Amino acid sequence: MDFLVVQFLTGLAGASSLFLVASGLSIIFGVTRIVNFAHGAFYMLGAYAAYSLTERWEGALGFWGGIVAAAIGVAAVGALVEVTLLRRIYRAPELFQLLATFGVTLVVQDLSIILWGPEDLVGRRAPGFRSSISILGQQVPSYDLFLIALGPLVLGLIWLLFHRTRFGVLVRAATQDRDMVAALGVNQRWLFTGVFALGVFLAALGGALQLPRDAVSHTMDLRIIVEVFVVVVIGGLGSVAGAYVAALIVAELNAFGILVLPQVSLVLVFAVMAIVLVVRPYGLFGRPEGPPRTGTAGLIRPWRPFSGGERIAVAVGLVAAAALPLVGGSYLLSVGAEIAIFCLFAASLQLLMSAGGIASFGHAAYFGLGSYGAALAAKTLGWPLPAALAAGAALGTAGAALFGWFCVRLSGVYFAMLTLAFAQIAWSIAFQWTSVTGGDNGILGIWPPPWAGSPAAFYWIALALAAGGIAALRVIAFSPFGYALRAVRDSALKAEAVGISRRAVQWTAFVVAGGFAALAGALFAYLKGSVFPDNLAIPLSVDGLVMVLLGGVETVTGAVVGAVLFRALTIVLMSYTDYSKLVLGLLVVVLVVAFPKGVVGSLQGLRPPWRRAAAPPVAVPAR
Amino acid sequence: MKLAVSDLRAWYGPAQILFDVALDVGPGEVVALLGRNGAGKSTTFKAIVGLVERRGRVAFEGRDLGAAETHAIARAGLGYVPEERRIFTELTVAENLEVGRQAPRPGAPTWEPETLYRLFPNLSEMRNRPGGRMSGGEQQMLTIARTLMGNPSLVLLDEPSEGLAPKIVEEMATAILAMKREGLSLLISEQNLHFAKLISDRAVILERGRVRFAGTMAELEADETVRDSFLAM
Repeated sequence: MDFLVVQFLTGLAGASSLFLVASGLSIIFGVTRIVNFAHGAFYMLGAYAAYSLTERWEGALGFWGGIVAAAIGVAAVGALVEVTLLRRIYRAPELFQLLATFGVTLVVQDLSIILWGPEDLVGRRAPGFRSSISILGQQVPSYDLFLIALGPLVLGLIWLLFHRTRFGVLVRAATQDRDMVAALGVNQRWLFTGVFALGVFLAALGGALQLPRDAVSHTMDLRIIVEVFVVVVIGGLGSVAGAYVAALIVAELNAFGILVLPQVSLVLVFAVMAIVLVVRPYGLFGRPEGPPRTGTAGLIRPWRPFSGGERIAVAVGLVAAAALPLVGGSYLLSVGAEIAIFCLFAASLQLLMSAGGIASFGHAAYFGLGSYGAALAAKTLGWPLPAALAAGAALGTAGAALFGWFCVRLSGVYFAMLTLAFAQIAWSIAFQWTSVTGGDNGILGIWPPPWAGSPAAFYWIALALAAGGIAALRVIAFSPFGYALRAVRDSALKAEAVGISRRAVQWTAFVVAGGFAALAGALFAYLKGSVFPDNLAIPLSVDGLVMVLLGGVETVTGAVVGAVLFRALTIVLMSYTDYSKLVLGLLVVVLVVAFPKGVVGSLQGLRPPWRRAAAPPVAVPAR
Repeated sequence: MKLAVSDLRAWYGPAQILFDVALDVGPGEVVALLGRNGAGKSTTFKAIVGLVERRGRVAFEGRDLGAAETHAIARAGLGYVPEERRIFTELTVAENLEVGRQAPRPGAPTWEPETLYRLFPNLSEMRNRPGGRMSGGEQQMLTIARTLMGNPSLVLLDEPSEGLAPKIVEEMATAILAMKREGLSLLISEQNLHFAKLISDRAVILERGRVRFAGTMAELEADETVRDSFLAM
């Protein structure tokens, strides 16, 4: 019993810093509609900066001054990122900002290794809070009690800021209707910068305050960002009070989950999130999202099937790709097969994002299920290659059918977050169910039979299946079902009124997209000869988003171009530099700023005027 | 001229909505922008304040605001009251007014919450009520009061009488005439010709994004053809 009380207090202490980070994310999202993926990076920077400052400055004043100065310094960095990067792309499709902040995350990861080294750093203990206090005969660190008190204090301060200052009132107004705030004479730019800096300050403060509790490491950014996403979604996006309650729930689930069911502690938090979202689709304290900032209907160019000339170009491209074995060695062929596989993966996600208007943050789950399905069929059941590929696709389709049934109940960012949660659950199962999946060690030795075993043969198989899959996805986009899907995207209400069921159509699209992703995953298992939990981890899902957005979310299959570019760059960067993340991150940032409509989308904009339909000078200004 | 708009074109995505719209409003004048549903009245307002993609000339007190950003246009003293009201539902009445607050402007009437509560007595009784828990008429008054907090010298009022009970429409007309007495210039879009006659000096009629008539209310009164072609339902 006493032990449980202490565990409860540990949970409360953890909740405070989780709350700081989550409230920052929630405030930023509320006003700017940016899902700030870099929030974890700022949290980590806060911890590193606090380490450096508190090592340099002595005494209690030096310590506490260092913590606060670190948070302020990182907030200034955040403001700089907002002014130089995000400000340029507020008019781009919503997910573009996510992509940009993901690029920032990559850059920060490598920069922190360059600046602070790869080793974990252990900081100073907090002056005045080094002792433990005896509660019910158990020792509780007094610093934990300090953190427990800090959470509600910060919550109160934020409340005062939002209700007692003009800045706060403007922030709350802008959270609801930014255009109206502008029409009342408020310059949104500085409001956005201020809000972003405030959110980053809270994240960095959360990181800095972890210093006495935990070692500072360069993996803490991704660890916290997933938890914080969960907190923000359970609490309701944009709700600070909701973030506090949800932080308590998540931190206590972590604290007690470890005690009760260590094997499923990872799954537990995500399962709670899934339940909350199904019962209360906008989180505990959230309200339905306003309409998306961009009128997508105005942005999307009319889609049409390939013209005669374009068909010839595609055919020539395919023939050229098929001729690769004539010139390339086995390394190039394996790279080619990998790119083909990712083209299919990206194209399947694009069906959801472009035609469906719903962005899955967890599409890797179905890719990974395909990998595991094929690997298990081949290794455990001894099925031949075609049957194992089919088994992989079937497992992924089944997974998409199950998870999708829950996901399509939501929309917008909440949909994205729930897909992320399910992907994380799938990852946890693959990671922890060692008897079947091999856990972290994966499943090894999945090689194609001799007839498909040569690099050229496997390359052709991968190319044929990828090209066939992508063609099928295009056909679907232009089929009556595709029209229904786009109708639901453009106006769910009007589509329902003419007898199209939003959920049924989106669920079908989700299953189809999952199935094609799974086929790609099954091929990938054979290409690598092995399957690991990484195949369904978050970074791969993000890669998928990057490929679609790079290609152009307003296009039918621009993702193919995005996939070729991104995968080729990744493979090249991995082999030529130690700082691949830095280069890749910078590249993503540059591409996002240079091609706010994606590469293919931007190229379409360059068509000579006489080839364009009578069109407006530019798209609707979106804010 | 207080406001002189010319060659104003506007688009929603690929669709062009306005074609070379021209209109002007003199100092202290009330001009009615008339036309049927979908004629382009709201789009004209949004184009003037920069909330849709637009091209053209918007001269306000001699400054061209045709390419200016929305907040800069509001800061120049051009107030906008949208048709959809767009009250901040989470904010109280007093907080809604606070969002609209700007520094006093020479040459324009200055408004404070207290003067606005006198103009719209209903609002003064619900200062701490969230905007979302008000009736349509009360919201309409709040949205006008909120724009007046910016001390504009000209106000674009989009369909102030729409969907309101007759008694509230009367109150609205009184308030608009009071604003005129303070020296405000007003451009008001209306479908209700009777209401427009009550408050306006001149009229501009739009049809399918083009100006079809411009003249005094008396001239419009005399011209039955124009009324039948562009206004009759």
